[in-house]
Amino acid sequence: MLTTTTAETRLYGPGHIVAPEQVTGSQAIIRSLEELGVTDVFGIPGGAILPTYDPLMDSEKINHILVRHEQGAGHAAQGYAMVTGKVGVCVATSGPGATNLVTAIADAHMDSVPLVAITGQVNAAVIGTDAFQEADIVGISTPITKHTFLVTDADEIPRVMAEAFHIASSGRPGPVLVDITKSAQAAQTTFSWPPQIGLTGYKPTAKGHPKQIREAAKLIAASHRPVFYVGGGLIKAEAAEEFRTLAEQVGAPVVNTLMARGAFPDSHRLNVGMPGMHGSVSAVAALQQSDLLITLGARFDDRVTGQLDSFAPEAKVIHADVDPAEISKNRFADVPIVGSLKSIIPELTTAVQEVFASTDRPDLNPWWTRLNRLVSTYPLGWTEPEDGAIAPQKVIQKIGAASGPEAVYVAGVGQHQMWAAQFVGYERPRQWLNSGGLGTMGYSVPAAMGAAVGNPERTVWAIDGDGCFQMTNQELATCAINNIPIKVAVINNSSLGMVRQWQTLFYESRYSNTDLNTALNPSGEEVVRIPDFVKLAEAYGCVGLRCERDEDIDSVIAQALQINDRPVVIDFVVSRDSMVWPMVPSGVSNSDIQVARGLTPDFEGEE
Amino acid sequence: MATTPAYGVARRTLSVLVEDVPGVLAKVAGLFARRAFNIHSLAVGPSEIQGLSRITVVVDADAELLEQITKQLNKLINVIKIIELQPGNSVQREHLLIKVKADAAARLQVTQAVELFRAKIVDVSTDSLTVEATGAADKLDALLSVLEPFGVREIVRSGSLAISRGAKSMTDKAFK
Repeated sequence: MLTTTTAETRLYGPGHIVAPEQVTGSQAIIRSLEELGVTDVFGIPGGAILPTYDPLMDSEKINHILVRHEQGAGHAAQGYAMVTGKVGVCVATSGPGATNLVTAIADAHMDSVPLVAITGQVNAAVIGTDAFQEADIVGISTPITKHTFLVTDADEIPRVMAEAFHIASSGRPGPVLVDITKSAQAAQTTFSWPPQIGLTGYKPTAKGHPKQIREAAKLIAASHRPVFYVGGGLIKAEAAEEFRTLAEQVGAPVVNTLMARGAFPDSHRLNVGMPGMHGSVSAVAALQQSDLLITLGARFDDRVTGQLDSFAPEAKVIHADVDPAEISKNRFADVPIVGSLKSIIPELTTAVQEVFASTDRPDLNPWWTRLNRLVSTYPLGWTEPEDGAIAPQKVIQKIGAASGPEAVYVAGVGQHQMWAAQFVGYERPRQWLNSGGLGTMGYSVPAAMGAAVGNPERTVWAIDGDGCFQMTNQELATCAINNIPIKVAVINNSSLGMVRQWQTLFYESRYSNTDLNTALNPSGEEVVRIPDFVKLAEAYGCVGLRCERDEDIDSVIAQALQINDRPVVIDFVVSRDSMVWPMVPSGVSNSDIQVARGLTPDFEGEE
Repeated sequence: MATTPAYGVARRTLSVLVEDVPGVLAKVAGLFARRAFNIHSLAVGPSEIQGLSRITVVVDADAELLEQITKQLNKLINVIKIIELQPGNSVQREHLLIKVKADAAARLQVTQAVELFRAKIVDVSTDSLTVEATGAADKLDALLSVLEPFGVREIVRSGSLAISRGAKSMTDKAFK
């Protein structure tokens, strides 16, 4: 009863059949990865995973990329998963190897990234004795994973690997940790494929309830001020095309969240921008003034809603999501729809067509008039810095314009991340990667590396900050040695810019511990470059470039785009005083959004 | 039939059927801690099906929080089925062991109290008695308050166990 393979539990991978053969546990791990269709893994060997690295060396199907820190392996696997839609795989040893993966695992959990982390564990006989390099990684990672396995019996390896990939990739994707003892890796076992998989308690809902879909269509047809509130789930569900049909059918404005940038083209007439703490006025107002939120794969994150009880006060809510626990978690859903957006959206399109054919819809023109005025009155923009330094927004906008939507853009966390979300044009899903939920500084370089392995034909830009870059730039070595030619734009304002912005706005410009001295000393009068990013790039076998003047931005970007045989690092020295606008200060209503310091938009305008 | 109020915070009982695998209790308990759900009591043991355990967990929650707890528990891969057991259509019991001072002078009174509550004396020493009682939480509370004046030395109390009334079993529903 507990080990049945049902139609819903399809195995991940190409679906070969392998007759039983005698192998070791570690060979079973590698053979399972091969049968699961894995071609690239990121990791570092160590004592407790050593047995598995031996057969890995002989695998002709799996390319292992030796990173310089396990966190880099985790983020690389995330970047790989985000651009390919496949499960990303990282490997580490027990103890510190496993704990170094924790940040990336937590990041993947928050952003629903399909990830399988394989860790070695000490011999089963010494678990619990505080053995050398022992850490309870299953215990540590349980709250930040979709599921965890501890494998002490080699016979379980194929089944557990298949279950791990199934769990990571289906339903709401997420990270799964598989901790395998060294004794299980060394033991003899029989390998065959496919294994019987169990998972009696795991049945993600695939299809939305038809009655709820009809209810949603009725609400849409009756709404005067509908808005599509679209999240990263749309990209995970591969439903961007289906959504475009629905959006055009309804003709309602679309806001796509930070995690959904690219899910709906920026250039589309229905797109009114990104909502949230640093969203555009038109997108924030569209949600705030709406009478119906058509929520697809989004989760009412606090960075989107601002103060929750004043968020979209007049709106009814349709909420479609594959994870039932997201429905009515933060905001009550009048019409909940649980299931995959891939099937819900076309069904909703059909239902909407039927209702539209039989009822008179309210005229959406007044709604559009109101929003269009906000779109044209409050476009995203910036003021030139008074200190004469480069405006960071301009650098990012020019990178986007020069590289276009076929490139991949991977941000770190902070001001540069928000500017990269605002000033690069996103036209396709999987064009934009960032650490949205966890906000992990240091995500950019390793995730860009993973993205470049997953999409070797694309230009991959890491748009990073000088703070973030110093957290994970050791992976430049991995990129240089493995011929992974990412381009890193360090938006160098010589400080922890977003923290500094908050200090400017909310702490009377008292800059406690935010000066990094990567371009200027704290007074801004003396050039200090610790480290010198150009020299650092060169030390790592990359090309290092520096840009400090407006007139050089275009030519430096063009130069970087010419280099495809090595990673390139550009040190863009920019103003420290540029701030991210608009901004909804933490804990206040979205209606109090500021377009510049102390300046609130005029929402009503002249009628 | 008595039901838990639909609105407002109330004590609510969930029966959770889980796969009996290492770490499952830690996963369930950890979920409550991480999401700041308040556990009043938790009891775990084997069920009638080999490989499945049953957890009875009592929480203080309003209807919305209970829904969120249920949904989050359902996301745990090893959780097979969750039901809420209403007091009106289920039997809910706790087990209590209590060591109470009872010298020659007090012994008769203690013994009478124990009989009144249909509890049992399971151990006797010269100046103490150990009493065992099973019942709903409020009955055990009442017994405790009666015994308290004699001097309570030690209390051990299980979490609540609960089972639905009628012929059907929870595993029927889980595997139908």
